[in-house]
Amino acid sequence: MNWHKFISPQWFYDFSGKCLPYLSIFTSLLFAYGLIGGLLFAPPDYQQGDGFRIIYVHVPSAFLSMLTYMAMAVCALISLIWRIKLADIMVRSAAPIGAWMTALALITGSLWGKPMWGTFWIWDARLTSELILLFLYLGYLALYNAFQNSAQGARAANILLLVGIVNIPIIHYSVYWWNTLHQGTTIKLTNSSIAPSMLHPLLAMIAAFMLYSLIVVVLRARNQLLWQESRAKWVKHAIS
Amino acid sequence: MFYRILIYNLKLTLRQRSDWLNPLLFFIIVVSLFPLAISTEKAVLIAIAPGVIWIAAVLASLLSLPQLFQADFIDGSLDQLLLQPEPLTYLVAAKLLAHWLTHQLPLILVAPLVGLLFQLSNHSIGILIISLLLGTPTLSLLGGIIAALIVSLRGQVSLLLPLLLLPLLIPLLLFATNVVLAAEQGFPINGQLALLAALMLLAMAFAPWVIAIALRIGVEV
Repeated sequence: MNWHKFISPQWFYDFSGKCLPYLSIFTSLLFAYGLIGGLLFAPPDYQQGDGFRIIYVHVPSAFLSMLTYMAMAVCALISLIWRIKLADIMVRSAAPIGAWMTALALITGSLWGKPMWGTFWIWDARLTSELILLFLYLGYLALYNAFQNSAQGARAANILLLVGIVNIPIIHYSVYWWNTLHQGTTIKLTNSSIAPSMLHPLLAMIAAFMLYSLIVVVLRARNQLLWQESRAKWVKHAIS
Repeated sequence: MFYRILIYNLKLTLRQRSDWLNPLLFFIIVVSLFPLAISTEKAVLIAIAPGVIWIAAVLASLLSLPQLFQADFIDGSLDQLLLQPEPLTYLVAAKLLAHWLTHQLPLILVAPLVGLLFQLSNHSIGILIISLLLGTPTLSLLGGIIAALIVSLRGQVSLLLPLLLLPLLIPLLLFATNVVLAAEQGFPINGQLALLAALMLLAMAFAPWVIAIALRIGVEV
């Protein structure tokens, strides 16, 4: 089998074009289930009342902020080693999404913190390392944009991305290493410490956020591809 | 070749006295601003001393790091370095060692005096020096990575370097300042010192290699 087919820009463009409508419908359904189930049907928390419902945005965005970075780092490594154009484009397309997810996690977290902890912000290990993650995303974008030659900029920024990956385990384990205000993990494969009626919409929201990010990244990557390959024959064919 | 590059870079910096003296003066001035601006009370001084000294050391190295590879890039000697038969990783390590000796070591030598200005106890000053000895190599090495990544960007280097470097330094800063505060309060500090040493060894093992890759990307235009 010729696996090179799967990384060719043309194949990616055609295949993603076919998948996107179905993915979008599925994502909308998940969003609908997560939002209605989370905001209307899940019972209020016995301590936090209705305030806990921000979890349905906060947890998925925080999860995505780290997942996006990991995915970008994997693509960056692939692009540095094998010089695959598509991997590069994926990294670049994912960076703004990751930055926004991180910002969203920080904003919803501080909105949640005000009524529950009594403060918008606290210099807690997890909050601080999430803030560093935002700086890493912005640093990637700044470095990439500083280069005139975008291929060179992409390679330099990819290296920065890989150096910054040290931060991911620190964020993930910060709540275990330092016993801080931010609570530990509530969702586990077995024995989640959260009621099923609250958990199921949350899982749906996480899946919906993942698919939503994937869709936006793919849409951006498709645009980028058309732009970069604008001289290729298949592009003329695709847009005519 | 390692020693040649080391000695060449040392000579180059030492002959240009402002190169290593200005960051040192900057360090001392920044540090002495804080008591004036915040408070001269002993308790406050002791509480802020490790953070202030460490932040000033980081800021001082921001002055010298942009020049680390860029001067060589502009006059073409970086291309010569890349063409050497010896592994580039090795040569980069020599340059970094020279940078540490000329830019970080003077700060460490002055740090006891600064510690006295901040009313730190002798024990804490000792710990401060150890934290600087273990931490500043990491600072130079990480700074070297960023300096290598942006070596070919002429105008914006001095602004981009801090933006990219400072977030990466936060864990180092946390451990390094915590260790001095813990020592001042009489807590055990072996764990934090071990972590600082681990960071340094990790940076020593990987940074020269990453810098070599970054330089090759930067030079190839």
